[in-house]
Amino acid sequence: MRPTQTPHTLDVQGLRITLPGTARPVLDGVDLHVAAGETIALVGESGSGKTLTSRSALNLLPPGAVVEGAVRVRGEDVLTMDTDQLRALRTSAVAMIFQDPRAALNPLRRIGDFLTESVTLTGTMGRADATARAAELLRAVGLNDSVLRKYPGQVSGGMLQRVMIAAALMGDPALLLADEPTTALDVTTQAEVVALLAELRERFGTGLLFVTHDLDLAAAISDRVYVMYAGRIAESGPAEALFARPRHPYTAALLASTPRLEAPQGRLAAIDGQPPDLRQELPGCPFAARCHLATEICARQAPEPQPAPGLPRHQAACHHSDRLEGSPVDA
Amino acid sequence: MPEYALEAVGLQRTFGSVRAVDDVSFALPEGGSLGIVGESGSGKTTTARIVVGLEQADDGDVLVRGRARDVRGRGRARRLARARQVQMVFQDPYLSLDPRTSVEQVLRETLRLHFPGADHDRRVRELLDQVGLGSRAADARPRQLSGGQRQRVAIARALAVKPAVLVLDEAVAALDVSVQAQILNLLADIRAETRIGYLFITHDLGVVRCVTDDVIVMRQGRVVEAGPTAEVLATPQHPYTRLLLESVPRPGWDPEAIAAARRAL
Repeated sequence: MRPTQTPHTLDVQGLRITLPGTARPVLDGVDLHVAAGETIALVGESGSGKTLTSRSALNLLPPGAVVEGAVRVRGEDVLTMDTDQLRALRTSAVAMIFQDPRAALNPLRRIGDFLTESVTLTGTMGRADATARAAELLRAVGLNDSVLRKYPGQVSGGMLQRVMIAAALMGDPALLLADEPTTALDVTTQAEVVALLAELRERFGTGLLFVTHDLDLAAAISDRVYVMYAGRIAESGPAEALFARPRHPYTAALLASTPRLEAPQGRLAAIDGQPPDLRQELPGCPFAARCHLATEICARQAPEPQPAPGLPRHQAACHHSDRLEGSPVDA
Repeated sequence: MPEYALEAVGLQRTFGSVRAVDDVSFALPEGGSLGIVGESGSGKTTTARIVVGLEQADDGDVLVRGRARDVRGRGRARRLARARQVQMVFQDPYLSLDPRTSVEQVLRETLRLHFPGADHDRRVRELLDQVGLGSRAADARPRQLSGGQRQRVAIARALAVKPAVLVLDEAVAALDVSVQAQILNLLADIRAETRIGYLFITHDLGVVRCVTDDVIVMRQGRVVEAGPTAEVLATPQHPYTRLLLESVPRPGWDPEAIAAARRAL
């Protein structure tokens, strides 16, 4: 079912990426979309493929990657674009905010130059217009235009992340990719940056793909959540539904193993074992080896995403979703 | 037997005009677990470094099992004696382990340094067992291990000298949630078995709740609130503690209101 009138801001279909020297694809049939103005959280642990998935929207893929499937931004396939089209895509339609702003900024150049360089280099804007726009965006992210003349070393981490957000908005993007944008920040600063992203989304109508390892943060900020495990989407759906009643044992286990303020003190329900190695083939469900519901079929056959009864938007790739229903998460 | 594994009395440390640690006192009972919570610049890490001996206080005392810690003593014997009192586990074990040294060699080296002449085979096996590492991991180098396994190695190495206090500086912050839970459970087991005291430095209130008995909240070098963890988290008295608690993401979370409260404080 393809929407004909307004294509999704981001539409990833059947994305499979294989890297040299691995026994299985790092991404294995990822389906994901972000509608215009929607906030989507992509949750997963290290190595789950969440960063690779978000970067595919910019066609930023590791060398030697063999790619199948489609990644479309506003209906246009990113994977078949030539260099000029890609440059246009990266300076305007899609922008990215990284985890560590200090690593993404040249410490020897003023923040003003950093903000204006992408649009002036591509000729989208003249120097004066670009500076005016940069000043306006700095005010929008709650900073003063005196920051334009400062160097990255002269401002705090929280301020620098605001600069990164302003920089991302320079080209008026339809889609903002935020890869763990608050992980390096203090909790109170994290709240500020999240509030800012929410406000900017409303003001500019930007779609947001928020990559995080923090389930609670994902639930707090997003319209829909995708949970990834070992290169596949384990579960997806509206944030409340997914957290109130997870349909995949991995989501349930992640929720149970998070140390929380409300949870009883004492031992956590840790998930035994580790995520599967890339050197290992996975004919069945990638979570089977760590799953307390796993049966013989799980090792043999990879589960397809199935909607929850009566909830077509809430999908889980598990042979035993029904056995999870109603069962206590901390079993 | 002395009541406290560790006491800090009136610690002071200034860097230029900044009072990084300003009159900080706390006490950690034998076998207890004390959390220090705060954000960047709160002085929590400097406090931990003073306790360990990586930083010197301008004023104030650190006592281990009731005796003043010999922080200025030089020479091999005094340095080693100091290391046997307090051990530290860092956030990133990848940076604190030698990439060329296998796990078993790491432990042997530490044991040989502190207890020369003894046969360490049994103790190495015991330590590996205690942190849940198998014999295959014993031969591995750090890069062949996962993040959680590396942190287990760092914990085993710290335990090797049987310290009175283990300082854990954001020791689970870099781990994935499922692995973090394994390490937190492991730390709880070790404390129950060995009666070692933990000084747990963290920004994560969920972790504090899970692994500490008591907590102090630091802001701009000062202790703004202290007490039993359950009490402080349930009925925070200081507005900064309340702000920290409200900042933890949860359903129905209002980042706008937190941002406003932060500016007001």
